[in-house]
Amino acid sequence: MAVDKDTVAGIAKLARIKVDDAEQEALTKELSNILGWIDELGELDTEGVQPMTSVVEVQHSLRKDVIKDGDRQDDILKNAPESKQGYFVVPRVVE
Amino acid sequence: MADYRLQGDTGEWEVVCGLEIHAQIISDSKLFSAAATEFGAEPNSQVSPVDAGMPGMLPRVNQFCVEQAVKTGLGLRAEINRWSAFERKNYFYADLPQGYQISQYLHPLVGEGTVYLDMPDGSVVPVGIERLHMEQDAGKSLHDQEPGKTYIDLNRSGVGLMEIVSKPDITSPEQAGAYVNKLRSILRYLGTCDGNMAEGSMRCDINVSVRKPGGDLGTRCELKNVNSVRFIMQAIEAEATRQIEILEDGGEIEQQTRLYDPDKRETRALRGKEHAHDYRYFPDPDILPLIVENDWVERIKASMPELPDEKKQRFIDEYGLSAYDAGVLVAEQAYADFFETLAKGRDPKLAANWFTGDFFGALNKAGVELDAAPVDSAKLGELLDLIADETISGRIAKDVFEEMWETGKPAGQIVEDKGLKQITDTSELEGIVDKIVADNPDQVAQVQDGNQKVKGWFVGQVMKATGGKANPKLVNEILAKKLG
Repeated sequence: MAVDKDTVAGIAKLARIKVDDAEQEALTKELSNILGWIDELGELDTEGVQPMTSVVEVQHSLRKDVIKDGDRQDDILKNAPESKQGYFVVPRVVE
Repeated sequence: MADYRLQGDTGEWEVVCGLEIHAQIISDSKLFSAAATEFGAEPNSQVSPVDAGMPGMLPRVNQFCVEQAVKTGLGLRAEINRWSAFERKNYFYADLPQGYQISQYLHPLVGEGTVYLDMPDGSVVPVGIERLHMEQDAGKSLHDQEPGKTYIDLNRSGVGLMEIVSKPDITSPEQAGAYVNKLRSILRYLGTCDGNMAEGSMRCDINVSVRKPGGDLGTRCELKNVNSVRFIMQAIEAEATRQIEILEDGGEIEQQTRLYDPDKRETRALRGKEHAHDYRYFPDPDILPLIVENDWVERIKASMPELPDEKKQRFIDEYGLSAYDAGVLVAEQAYADFFETLAKGRDPKLAANWFTGDFFGALNKAGVELDAAPVDSAKLGELLDLIADETISGRIAKDVFEEMWETGKPAGQIVEDKGLKQITDTSELEGIVDKIVADNPDQVAQVQDGNQKVKGWFVGQVMKATGGKANPKLVNEILAKKLG
């Protein structure tokens, strides 16, 4: 599957990554190559084959419902560029 | 029940709705982390590095949350999928620190089920459940703390949610209201969600479309976060009306997300977001598929309480109640328990009438919940016993009840103190009747001419003369004798 430049621009926007025109050009080729390779894999008949989720037969181990974390507001806010009254403060996200 | 129709210029229109309910799972800790879930704590005090989206943190599924979701699925008579998977729903928002929400997409934990709506006319309407899946809640944004700023509290980030998706089987605002109430009732019986819409532990998105009766489904719009039953009902009507106007003007409905404004009673489009719905789901590599073994499901099944539908049927069969009364009584487990205590050894219909009538009336008037009522089931029972053994009449009982509610005194004491005992002495009543008959020859003549209404007037006069204390049955008998 070939990818066009508009698609690359769209993906960049969704990922909130700034990609300039020259980079978009390069990425269009690169992504097309990768997807071409995926298409090739798609030629294999995988009908009835379960997707592999782990290389060993393990199950997700569930956690007991016990409170063992939290009560560390200072830690949580440590990396915040701005915080007030215990809240993260960010540029207003609604109109 | 008559079908709901909206009248347009070109004739009648039908409304089709599907509801998506987000229900916060009752659990001590979060879905993927060991931080607490309790509502109303100091901001960011119940946040683990997992909930804050710190790099390298691994989510681990809370077993109890899974159990709660399975229990809810069983309560919705739905199939439980033994194999389900978590996926990442990718979008950017300030209260979603990971940059994706861990949700279930292609393989939800719970599949198709059914909820039965109890409509006010006693009819029962089935609504299909499409699926129930688990996901994590986002944090909370406060936009009104400081100009140009948004404040973020991540305490809610990572709390377990059940998203319950109905089929587009809901065809009126009334049904939508009944659906939300019934779902809430089931969740509360199960103890899997507290159903508190005001605190946001139950939130509702509504898909609305309109069509000519029996026609093809129209294009739908989604109304986001409508958070009370009353607003849900209003929002559907407002949105359906808007769509009908557009269609009748020859326009087309644009599929979009909208908000309901309860003040203006209208819906408006959210600012258009390009690619807004491109969530690029993919299986979350941090979490292995969720396997729910049969014997676990069986154990959960065995722990289920009697649910509203079963209880309602039992109340109809066991107590001879109407479908409507039974529906009202089972809506809250606390109501049902109160009623069953009250009805024990008493006339169940009398108990139901008093509980859903005067008692509910007093609760509403006082604006209090059942557990804060000054009259409990034992006290109300005592009053019913006084009616049953004819110590007081039903009419006097209403006054006694009011006094009980105000003073908290037992019924017997009020009756004693105020001398409200019913007059059952035939000769005393005969004397009173004789006097009224003698004083009102015109009315006597009217009764003898066959005017039954005037007979009722005589009953009223006797009650007036006795301060309502005359035994009505005796009064009727004596009047029948005296008036011929």
